[in-house]
This record gives sequence, structure tokens and C-alpha cells, in this order.
Amino acid sequence: MLNILVLLKLVPDLLEEPEIAPDGRSLDPASVRLILSERDEHALEEALLLKERHGGSVTIVALDVPEVDDVLFTALAKGADRAWKISGVEPGMSTMVAAGSLARTLTSVPGLLPADLILTGVQAIDDLDGQIGPILAQLLELPYVGIVCRVEVSPDTRTAVVVREYAGGVTGSFEVPLPAVLGVQSAEKPPRYVPVAKVRAAMKAQRVEKVPAPGELESARLEILQLTKPETAGRAVMLEGAPEEVAAQVCDLLAARGLL
Amino acid sequence: MAGDIWVLVEQWRGRVSDVTYEVLALGREVAAAAGAGLQAVLLGSGAGEALPSLGAADGVLVAAHAALAEPDPNLYAQALAQMIPQRQPRALFIPQTNVTMEVGPLLAARLGLPFVNSCRDISIADGRLTARCVLYGGKVEAAVAPRGGPAVLGILPGARPQEPGRVERTPPTTAVSVDLPAEPRVRFHGYTEPPPGDVDITRENVLVSVGRGIQRGENVALAEELAGALGGAVCGSRPVIDQGWLSSSRQVGTSGMIVKPQVYLALGISGAPEHVEGMKHAALIIAINSDPRAPIFSVAHYGVGADLFDIVPALIERVKAVRQKAAS
Repeated sequence: MLNILVLLKLVPDLLEEPEIAPDGRSLDPASVRLILSERDEHALEEALLLKERHGGSVTIVALDVPEVDDVLFTALAKGADRAWKISGVEPGMSTMVAAGSLARTLTSVPGLLPADLILTGVQAIDDLDGQIGPILAQLLELPYVGIVCRVEVSPDTRTAVVVREYAGGVTGSFEVPLPAVLGVQSAEKPPRYVPVAKVRAAMKAQRVEKVPAPGELESARLEILQLTKPETAGRAVMLEGAPEEVAAQVCDLLAARGLL
Repeated sequence: MAGDIWVLVEQWRGRVSDVTYEVLALGREVAAAAGAGLQAVLLGSGAGEALPSLGAADGVLVAAHAALAEPDPNLYAQALAQMIPQRQPRALFIPQTNVTMEVGPLLAARLGLPFVNSCRDISIADGRLTARCVLYGGKVEAAVAPRGGPAVLGILPGARPQEPGRVERTPPTTAVSVDLPAEPRVRFHGYTEPPPGDVDITRENVLVSVGRGIQRGENVALAEELAGALGGAVCGSRPVIDQGWLSSSRQVGTSGMIVKPQVYLALGISGAPEHVEGMKHAALIIAINSDPRAPIFSVAHYGVGADLFDIVPALIERVKAVRQKAAS
């Protein structure tokens, strides 16, 4: 039996162009639709696979932000057992501040810890001052392994052998005692799909616990001076025209280099 | 000395990684602007053969300990946490790769220091250190100033060319003793080489690469048809591999392969930094993406701001026609 805690983070959906707010230091909320961070999708999937293999439970935790209920009920519909949202935390863009608040919540709210494994995505597209996994591991004084793509748990010895990705397809394996924090790069299978009808059913049958974050937020140890959008038109020569015209131009480029 | 710029030397499988020299080149610039010295920090089981290539630094702090034989981020952070408080550098630059990614966050959380992730540049103006870091898959950059210090900064590959940072000279060394557990909690078992793939994409002249924009697994066939017509191979970015649409031997990027083909056709790839790092040295990069503001267009030589499903079929037809004409 394994009790697994999965930390879920919502990030802007990059299918929509993020715009910078008039203060120049944050994103314009009107330009942003929040979705579950892609790596966290994999962390959740890995947790569900481990539960199927060993039994136990999957508890999901997220900060209370817009769209969080959709994300949490979707995870419940996929097979998570309990969902918590932590309210009253506005960490701005600081992962350090969010991690501090999460650590206080996990250690003070009954029912969240102990967990055998704490899984989270290895990184998120808005990590400004660090990834949540190692920071939380440090604050909870637990071992951490990141860029994880496979987890084999031995419940008897209370250890796990985890596989970490390096460059060029090389992997390394590490043995960690439980409990441990793991930053997941990819689950062993693609994240499962859940039909909307099942999510609606979860919304009726299951509930999301809401808990206020204990303690005061510390202030971030960095100051955002300015956000900018990098000039992307700087380099590429843009090819214009109907598909056939573009295709002809591409073929000319290849032919000029002896590639066609 | 207090106020120096430190650069962590990244070593993996017995060799100093190229990104270390890039970060040394950046560190040299920042140290000059700060009027400070540049120290390389070498952690490992022995002094190592790395020293003679670290001449860009004014000196090397060497912490030798049996537990540092493999780059375990937990132990790296513990070792650095013992070196920093007493010596008080201005900043510690850490190459941000799959080997060292979490060293900075672990260290900063341990000592209560500011940390900045994914930096592509560091500057000092009016005595203030400013980091420029990449967010949202390269769609936004943030200029941030650490409060207090020493500042711990994760530096992305490619921040500077490596040549100025690779100087053949053995700098003066300072041995530092660190106290590390004899039985670390995380135990390294070993490395595994990737299974041999059906093709070695690092040896192909023509690569047709697909990203999230390919939308469905069955659509990869379109890229395969184009690659077939061009006499090349198909590869992809992370999301495509994660979905199981291509095998991991076809992955381009920091955790996959670094490729340098004659031509790299990027179909529906947004151009996240970890992908760009794997293909930016291709001789010719042509990107097709429906989002005209996709970061891939800042690395591509030629771009098409259109739906790949409109362009690629026309391109296949054209390539086949040219080939047929040449054959007849």
C-alpha cells in the first residue's frame, strides 16, 4: 500500500499568447487561461500507475487559483482519491514563496502527511526562482530525485529505485528511502484521457477540501524589474504565399544547398 | 575572496561539460563588470584532470570527497552550503542542465538565498546584479534583481560561446574540506545507455521534426512521407515522445539528442529552450508554425507562419515532382 501525494500547479496555456500587464511586471490575467502544468500531468499519471500496481491512495494538492476545480475534479475522475485546494496564497511568480506555504500546509493540516511519496512535475514553464520539488524536499528534509521517468517501489524495504534522464538518452538509476520527493519528467505511459462525462460525475459524487494556508507568506528574495516579450522576428526570413508558392520556395532553398 | 563570482564546474561521466566553459565566459564578463575575481568551483572525488582547462578562472576552489564521485545534486548542494557562508561570493553561477538542474534550488532553500532559474544573461549596472531569465517556453523574458545574497543563478546552455571560457592554463587551486555523510540517502546505482534505435538521428543529413502541432499520432505519417521524399528521417520534440508517437531514440533536445543536420524542418514546434538547445546548430533551419510569434522563429533561418497541414502536403507534392523531373 502506497500513499502518494501529488502537487499540481496551474500555468498559462501557451496556445494563447501571454500578454504583459501595464505594470510591466506581471502577465495580464485577461490574456491567460490556466491549465495543469504538463509535467504535473505526468506526475499524476505516474502516481495513478503506482497506485494500480501497489494499492493505496493518491491525494492531490493545488493552490486555489482560477480553474483549479476543473483540474482537481479531472484528476479525481482519473482515479485520484482525495483533493485539496489551499486558499489564501498569492505567491506572485515566486516558486520559493509557494513552496514555503505548501510546506507549512502539508506539515500542519491533518490528513495530508505522512505520504510515502510526494510527486510533482520536474519543472513548470513559469519557474522563476526554482522548481517546487527540490525546494519542498529541502524544507521537509526529504531526499529528492528529479527528471524521473520510471519509479519502482519496494514496499517491503520502503525504498524506491528511480530512473533519471540525462542527455543523449542516457539514464541513471538511484535508490531512495521513502518518504521521498520526486520531480517527474515523464510517466511510464502517456497521461490517460478522461471523458467529460466522468469529470461531471466526479463533480457530483466527490468533493474538493478547501483549507486556508497557515502562517504568513514570506516575501520573495528577488525583485521582478520588467517582463518583456523577446523579439522573435529577429532571425527567420518569413516565406509568404499560397501553400504551393511556399512549397516552391522551400524546395528552392533545399536545391540551392544540394539537398534536393 | 568575498564578492567574487563563482562558477560551478559541471562534470559528468569523467568530463567537464561544454556548458561549463560557456558559463565561465559569462562569469569572466560579470566579474570584470563587478571588479571582482572569478573562481571555478570543482566538486569531485579527486582534483581531477579538469584543472588545466579552467584557465578562464582566477582560481579554483577544489572540494574533493569520495561522496562527490557522481554529481548527486543533494550532495553538491550540501557541499556548496558549507563553502558559501564563510567565503561570501557575490554570486554562484550553476550550469542548468539535466545533471545539475536542482543544485541551485536545493542550495538556495537550504541557506535562504535568492535563486533565479533559466538565466540567459547576467549583467551588473550601477553596482546592481540583474539576471535575464526565460519564462513560458521562451515567450517571455524577465529581468530580475536578487534581494540580498549571495545570489544563486541557474544559467541556461548557450548564454555565451564556449571558446572564451576554455583557456588552457592551470589556475591556482584552494583545497576546501567538506563534511558529507558516509551513507548518502540517495544511492547511485549506475548509468544505462539508450537502447539502439532504428535510426541514429545524429547522423542524418535531413531531419523532419514534429512537435505538439502535429496534434495526433496518426499525423506523424505525414512527416514520414515528407522525410521519405527528402531522403531523411523523422524526429520530434518532447511532447511527441511523451505521447508515444515516436520512440525516444528520435527525441531532439537537452534530454534527447543534439543534432546538426544539413537541414532541419521543424513542423509545429514552438521552440522551447530545451528543444532549441538540441537543434540550433543545424546548417539550415526551416520552421512551419501557425503561431507567428512562436520562439522557433528566432532560431530558424526561414519561417512559414501557417498551418503545417496546409503546407506539408503541398511540399511533399513539390518535392516528389522535383525528384521525378530529375530522374527523367
